[in-house]
Amino acid sequence: MPRPGAPLTLRHLLGCLLSLAGVLVLCLVLAASLGAGKISLIQLLRWGDALGEVDAAILFQVRLPRVLLAAVLGGSLTTAGIVFQALLRNPLADPYVLGVSGGASIGGVLALLLGLGSANSQLGVAAFAFLGALLALFLIEWVATVDGHLTVYTILLTGAIFNAFSGAFIYFIQSVASLEQLHAIVFYLMGSVPSFGYATIAGFGAASLLAILVLWSMARDYNALSAGEEDAIQLGVDVERLKRRTFLLGALLTGLSVAVAGLIGFVGLVVPHLLRLVLGPDHRLLLPAGCLGGAAFLVVADLVARTLIAPNEIPVGVVTALVGGPFFLYLMRSKKGRGGLV
Amino acid sequence: MADPGAGGVKLEIDALCQAYGGRRALEDVHLRVEPAEIVGLIGPNGSGKSTLIKTLSGVLPNYRGSIRLDGRDLRSLHRREAARILAVVPQEISFNFPFTALEVVLMGRHSHLGAFAFESNHDRAVAEEALERCGAHHLASRAVQELSSGERQRIVFARAMAQEPRLLLLDEPVSFLDARHQVELYDIVRELVEERAASVLTVLHDLNLAAEYCDRIYLLRQGRIDTSGTTEEVFTYENLTRVFETDFYVTTNDLTGKLLVTPLSGRARDELRRQRRPTPRDTNGR
Repeated sequence: MPRPGAPLTLRHLLGCLLSLAGVLVLCLVLAASLGAGKISLIQLLRWGDALGEVDAAILFQVRLPRVLLAAVLGGSLTTAGIVFQALLRNPLADPYVLGVSGGASIGGVLALLLGLGSANSQLGVAAFAFLGALLALFLIEWVATVDGHLTVYTILLTGAIFNAFSGAFIYFIQSVASLEQLHAIVFYLMGSVPSFGYATIAGFGAASLLAILVLWSMARDYNALSAGEEDAIQLGVDVERLKRRTFLLGALLTGLSVAVAGLIGFVGLVVPHLLRLVLGPDHRLLLPAGCLGGAAFLVVADLVARTLIAPNEIPVGVVTALVGGPFFLYLMRSKKGRGGLV
Repeated sequence: MADPGAGGVKLEIDALCQAYGGRRALEDVHLRVEPAEIVGLIGPNGSGKSTLIKTLSGVLPNYRGSIRLDGRDLRSLHRREAARILAVVPQEISFNFPFTALEVVLMGRHSHLGAFAFESNHDRAVAEEALERCGAHHLASRAVQELSSGERQRIVFARAMAQEPRLLLLDEPVSFLDARHQVELYDIVRELVEERAASVLTVLHDLNLAAEYCDRIYLLRQGRIDTSGTTEEVFTYENLTRVFETDFYVTTNDLTGKLLVTPLSGRARDELRRQRRPTPRDTNGR
C-alpha cells in the first residue's frame, strides 16, 4: 500500500483498510493460537471439533478475551495519539501528554493501596482509575481554559505539570505501601493487558469505537489544522469545538486505556508515525488505519510479553517501550521520516 | 471555475471596534469593498491592519460594530458558510505534516464538503485549475514542506482560489517573496478580479505595489481610518509623512503614470537639512 502521489480516494481508503483489517485478523489468530498451552493454528481454524474441553477453555476463556482487549487498547491508544498530534501540531505528542493518564494512574494505584483490587480482580482498580482520569480531565480542562479558550500551550503545560505531580504522588504512595502492594503497583504502572470477561471487553470496545468514529468524522478538520488554528478557521473549521471534542474524546480513550491496562507507552507515538510514512498524512485514512494498525501492534506486543520468558510475563508496556523507543529514533534519523517528524 | 453567477461580494464595515491583547486595536472603522475592486489597507506596524483581517476571517470573533457581506451580518454566518464566501492568504504559513501541494489546494474545498466526504471530480477539477492558474501545476505531487517560500505561497494562493471566494483577503501575502513573485501573484489577483468580479481587500507594506494594483486605499493609523480614497488621493506627501512618521519622496512613474513612493533615509534628510533646502514636497503638483 505505498502512498500514491495523488490525493486520497475512497477506493484507496477501502483498499488500505481491508488490507490492514486482514493483517489484524492474522495477528489475532496468531496471538490466540500461541501461548502456554499449545493449541495449533490448524486446530484453532477447525474450531470445536478438534479442540478438547481444556483447550477450548484456555482459548475462549483466557486467551481470546485477552487478545481482543489488547486489540481494543492498541486501537484506542493509537487513535488518541493521532488526534493529539494533529491538535497540538506536535509530532511528539502521545496519548499521555494531556496528563489524564496521571489521574488514571493515581486512581489505580490508590485502589491497589486500599485493597480495592488485586491481580485477580482488576475491575475495581480499573473503575477507580477511570474515576481518577475523569477527575483529572475536568481539572485540566478547567485550568487550561483561559478566557473561554482552550489553548495548545496551556494544555501542554498543564498536562506536563499534572503528570509530574502525579508521578510524585505515586512515589509517595509507593513509599508507604507494603512490599506486596508495591509489586502490584509497579506491575500495574508498567502496563499489562488484564483478563476481563467478554461483557466488560464489549462495553469498553463499544465506548472506544464510538469515540473513534466521532473523531474520524472530524478527519478533514485535522487535515485543515496542519497549518495552524487561524488557518483552519478561515478554511471553515469550528476550531474551538474541534479542540473541545478532541480533548474530551481523546482523554476518554486514554483514560479508559490507562484505567484498564496501566501505562503502555509508545503505541500512540510509533504507530501513527509509521503509518503516516507509509500512507501519507491524510487523517481520513490515518485514523481508521491507525486504529487497525495499533490494534495489531499491541496484540503482537502482548503475545511477545506473555510468551518470551513463559511461564513468566513481561509487562507489555516494557515490550512496547523496548521495541518502540529505538524504532522511533530510527524513524527520526531516517531521511524519509524527517518530513513527518521534524 | 467559479460559479459564474457568484461574482464579488459587497463588504460593508461600520463602527467596528476590536480589542486585541488587552488593548484597543481598532476604533470606529468604516470601510467598503465593492465587487471587482481591489482595496488596499495601508498603515504602519501595529496600526490594526492584520487585526481587521483576522476579525473578518473569524479568528477574532468578539468585535463591536457591524460587518456585512451583501447585507448579511457576519455574525449570523456559520464558519463553513463564511469560508465559502471569503478566503484568506496570510503572510506565510508552515505545514507540520507532509501533505502534497495538491492535497493542500484541495483543503480549500473543505467548506464545500460534508463530514466523511471525499472530493468529487468537480472539486479535483477546481483544485487543478487553481494550481494551473497559479503556475504551480508542476508542484502538485511535491510535499509542501519541501517547497521554497515562493512556491509555497503560490500553493496557498491556489488553495484560496479553490475555495471559490467572493471576497479575497490578503494579509501581506508577498512580503517574503522576490520582485518577480510579488508581481506574478498580484497579476493573478487582478485576473481574478477582472474575470469574476471578485472583491479584494489586501494589506500591503509595499506602497508601490499598492499604487500599482489597488483601486482604492484606506490608510490606517493607531486603529483608526486616517484617510481613504483613490490611490492618488491618499498617497500624498502629507498623508504618508503623517501616518508613517517619516519622510517620503512621492513622484510619478514615467512608464506607467502611477505614483512612485519611496521613504527617505536619515542621511538623506540630514543632507537636505544641511543644504537648507526645504524637505521635498511632492513633485507631482499635489
